[in-house]
Amino acid sequence: MNPLVIIGTGLAGYTLAREFRKLDKETPLTIVTADDGRFYSKPMLSNALASGKSPDELATANAAQMAKQLDAEIKTQCKITAISIEKKAVLANGFAQRYSKLVLSVGAHQLKPTLAGDAADSILTVNDLADYTRFRNAILNAERVVIIGAGLIGCEFANDLSRAGMNVEVIVWGREPLDHLMPETIGRKLRFALSEANVSWHRNSVAERVDRENGHYVVTLADGTHVTGDVVLSATGLGPNTTLAQSAGIQVKRGIVVDRFLETSVKDTFALGDCAELDGQVLPFVMPLMNQARTLARTLSGTPTQLTYPVMPIVVKTPAHPITIAPAPPGTPGEWKVEELPNGVRALFYDADQNLRGFALSGDAVAEKQALAKKLSGL
Amino acid sequence: MKKWQCVVCGFLYEEAAGMPDDGIAPGTCWEEVPSDWMCPDCGVTKDDFEMVEIAA
Repeated sequence: MNPLVIIGTGLAGYTLAREFRKLDKETPLTIVTADDGRFYSKPMLSNALASGKSPDELATANAAQMAKQLDAEIKTQCKITAISIEKKAVLANGFAQRYSKLVLSVGAHQLKPTLAGDAADSILTVNDLADYTRFRNAILNAERVVIIGAGLIGCEFANDLSRAGMNVEVIVWGREPLDHLMPETIGRKLRFALSEANVSWHRNSVAERVDRENGHYVVTLADGTHVTGDVVLSATGLGPNTTLAQSAGIQVKRGIVVDRFLETSVKDTFALGDCAELDGQVLPFVMPLMNQARTLARTLSGTPTQLTYPVMPIVVKTPAHPITIAPAPPGTPGEWKVEELPNGVRALFYDADQNLRGFALSGDAVAEKQALAKKLSGL
Repeated sequence: MKKWQCVVCGFLYEEAAGMPDDGIAPGTCWEEVPSDWMCPDCGVTKDDFEMVEIAA
């Protein structure tokens, strides 16, 4: 019997494998990865510096240990370049593996902004442990880091670097950080809190070029401002990895399109995690991934199960001003009701019928998360 | 009383504080936390991922 094949050993691939093995101890399992197959949790990359963890310490098991734990064959350093749907096989340079069922957990990549300048190629992005190792090596002797982008990753890294004593310059496209997910009032509080910890902000700004000058990098903004640092980190957003699926003829929109069984447009081929798009949504967060892995494990072990999500608040790891956000379903008409507390903000999103549909909490108000999540799920 | 850290997201469970909103009373030691309890921040279950015991 051909094995179940999983492509990718990120949190999605390994969590699925673990969940699958709980339910099915017989079916052969092969996992193929382009990297070294070490197990680590990507969310931990953004608070490792201040908590004193080296990149290697974040990896809690190597590929051999994972293979043993999962009773799986793990093929490392093997980048799958093609899928033959007809032959039910995945192909790499000098490697072919047939499958009974295939799971794509191929993740996402950091989108790089288009920049001019002689150092445009030297900006760093972090989306996996190898990237993070490069980043940590780059900041060993750095005093000032420039971050392009103030989404989740940009804000979390800014906070982590500042806690570790570095100066940080953040270039924000909009008026406030994280303004695509929550009211500006909370973004402003976060900005003020980080400003007190050596983080400087350049708002309503777009980076246009990066040049080398006297051993530093100089980022030039659209308004002509220069921002100087020893390292430039770009965190402008994630794009699902869809090329492999697309070239195999699997339906792809923003991500790899899946149904509630996590099945793609091709039978016996599934996708989950940061690469998957369900109901028009790509949710590159841990909690959706955990739910997807548990559901898909059931389907793959013989009990077809449809995915339903619980309320899944997103926790932003910014200890300077902690934030948790439960976004309303996309396109929900309604408005935020924002209440400022002595230390924090409670923002509740109500639809036209005055039903609570989402929330964003910060500072002391994050303690209300569980209670509000219960109210949301009661709908 | 000990603290336990979720290895996936870094969430801290403090035995002294418990999780009253989840029905876990303050002072509940880790062994007594129900096995179907999930990390409130990332959704991993108690028995899936080991929690790391850190200094109390």
